[in-house]
Amino acid sequence: MTLTSLDPGILKAAHPVPGAPNNWKRFFSFNTDAKVIGIQYIVTSLFFLLVGGLLAMIMRGELITPEADLVDRTVYNALYTMHGTIMLFLFMFPVLNGLNNLLIPCMIGAPDMAFPRLNAAAFWLVPVFGVILMASFLVPGGPAASGWWSYPPVSLQNPLGHLINGEALWITAVALSGVSSIMGAVNFVTTILRMRAPGMTFFRMPIFCWTALSAQTIQLIGLPALTGGAVMLLFDLVAGTSFYRPEGGGDPVLYQHFFWFYSHPAVYVIILPVFGIFSELFPVHARKPLFGYVFVAIASLVIVGLSLVVWVHHMFPSGVPQWMRDLFMVSTMLIAVPTGIKVFAWLGTLWGGKIQLNTPMLFSLGGLFNFVFAGVTGIMLATVPVDIHVNNTYFVVGHFHYVIYGAATMGVYAAIYHWFPKFTGHMYFEGLGKLHFLLTFVGTNLNFFPMHPLGLMGMPRRVSSYDPEFAFWNVIASLGGFLLGVSIIPFLLNLVSSWVWGPKAPANPWKAIGLEWLLPSPPPAENFEDNVPTVISGPYGYGTGKPLVEHQEAYERALQEA
Amino acid sequence: MTTLPPAPAGPTPAHGEGHASHPSYTLTGFIIFLCSESVIFLAFFAAYALLKSTATSWLPPGVEGLEWRTPLQFTVVLVSSSGTIAVAEHFLGKKRLWAFRGFLLLTMAMGALFLYGQASEWSGLSFGFTTGTFGSLFYLLTGFHGLHVATGILLMGLMLGRSFYPGNYEEGEQGVIAVSLFWHFVDVIWVLLFLLLYAWQA
Repeated sequence: MTLTSLDPGILKAAHPVPGAPNNWKRFFSFNTDAKVIGIQYIVTSLFFLLVGGLLAMIMRGELITPEADLVDRTVYNALYTMHGTIMLFLFMFPVLNGLNNLLIPCMIGAPDMAFPRLNAAAFWLVPVFGVILMASFLVPGGPAASGWWSYPPVSLQNPLGHLINGEALWITAVALSGVSSIMGAVNFVTTILRMRAPGMTFFRMPIFCWTALSAQTIQLIGLPALTGGAVMLLFDLVAGTSFYRPEGGGDPVLYQHFFWFYSHPAVYVIILPVFGIFSELFPVHARKPLFGYVFVAIASLVIVGLSLVVWVHHMFPSGVPQWMRDLFMVSTMLIAVPTGIKVFAWLGTLWGGKIQLNTPMLFSLGGLFNFVFAGVTGIMLATVPVDIHVNNTYFVVGHFHYVIYGAATMGVYAAIYHWFPKFTGHMYFEGLGKLHFLLTFVGTNLNFFPMHPLGLMGMPRRVSSYDPEFAFWNVIASLGGFLLGVSIIPFLLNLVSSWVWGPKAPANPWKAIGLEWLLPSPPPAENFEDNVPTVISGPYGYGTGKPLVEHQEAYERALQEA
Repeated sequence: MTTLPPAPAGPTPAHGEGHASHPSYTLTGFIIFLCSESVIFLAFFAAYALLKSTATSWLPPGVEGLEWRTPLQFTVVLVSSSGTIAVAEHFLGKKRLWAFRGFLLLTMAMGALFLYGQASEWSGLSFGFTTGTFGSLFYLLTGFHGLHVATGILLMGLMLGRSFYPGNYEEGEQGVIAVSLFWHFVDVIWVLLFLLLYAWQA
């Protein structure tokens, strides 16, 4: 990476202007246009959403009966390990980086990212580590089976003794994912700090940029710790060192610290941009300015600060000292304050607004509903006695999936529908979109709500067979899971058919305010090129009549002529 | 887009002339990267401190402690090389390219001398990478740092090669500033590492 950013050729040469807009081949090349890379990220991540979803379907199929009858127990271990890893590292992070690539340059009026080639290299690492992770299905002994967090000493078992085993491939893939994300984060942070349009001060930035900046800062601080921890795990596994091996004097709990120092903030890396999406979409589709803009912006930074001192709440039962438990319980609960400020601001935005219930708005509202539910169970889990009681049960799984699917993925769906016309130049089909929402919302709650009573009853996670008393809720959860599987069909159908046959999208179908809506749909290769507008007011002037940029009429007239 | 108002007068932060990449972002990006990179070292330092302070027996059997006098001499060499690269930078600012090249070469030589010292220390040790937690950490920390020293020498070589292209330093020396920052970073990390490994032996 250092070499890339120092290559003298890059400094001098104009970066290549991407191919003709209608040439589909650009999506399969080392293209440096952020808008192409954004779509590459999103399409790749949707492919892995299907792979991870398929694994989840097999697990829910297994759990529909109390006996372990569909797959072998060891296969089941590999299934949940790979499901979690794929969904986080190959779906969630890439899809959000895709949105970052599409939205950040357009929203701040930059022609592209600060380092276009670094950007492309970061993307192309995703298929590379995707293939490495998938290859672990083919090696002797199968893929990693120690859960997505890979705790030693379980993860250090290598019964077949091969150097190339599922666990080693898993660690390599996760480390490469970290490298890719750090490359991306350097790029996003530099772009936001340095390339904003004239007049766009920090407090005139759209909230999505604030949340992206916050999330990418977490990546920069947290990921190196995980990468360092993963390197040590790899050495323990393949070279026989004793960082975590108790028999050589190592400490397995040390790995847990490394892992959660990054992996708890990682959920804020995921949810912060979704907060940004909510903050963008509610004002547009409720036709009102965002309530409490400055507080929402600053709350993102407060979440970054707090997120770095909460990780031990994953380790309450791991033999940590009592003072640590107390401290991290309090810091975890404090997260509810900035988050609550945001929820309050969204409700204030919706209150009395002219709410338009189109697909992006439905997904945002559904996502907000699920997020509040997940927030309540989150506070419960932060409490040491409750956490120790429900630790490693389905209660935790339910809470987590409400956040990651119910709130974050639904927010991502909302964003895809909302900005689909802008970046493809075509409208999506509203009917299919609403069907997708209905199936997703019902499926999410059917699938993940039953996990809460199951957890409170004491059903442990990561088991392929269970006591028959848990059967009722498991059957409901499985039905919900299959419904979620079905919900992907109208979604993909909509994306593909709309892109090919969808009606032509106007430049600003939502009558939204923002620099990206002053560009044609789809935007040209370098966005505003030499006509970067000067921003003269804040981002959410709905109903105020205040223009966003100087000569706004000229920009709007140009769009109509085009 | 012909009806649009003209681009604002003068270069704007968002756009310069033409579609050239903006060299000044390189330094911003590089500093952000260095901050991020330092967290890996912090993580390793934390691991060392935590494992050492909780260990029942720390050094491998038969090892009394690490010899610190020779490493201290090589430390002095590495830390002074931060000064020589600063001098090189100064001469580049004065457009005295040959003086710049000389001091850059001197810095590279001092880095190489440090690596030699590291290698000769490794070869004289009675414990290895897999001899318990202390051995694992010792080789991980010094090895990872040594990798950074080697990278720094490589980057300086790149800057040395670049200096022979005419006109390469007329618009600024972002690359040299970045490499120099990297070198100072590697030095600071070594000082912390020296304190951790050699000074804290109680």
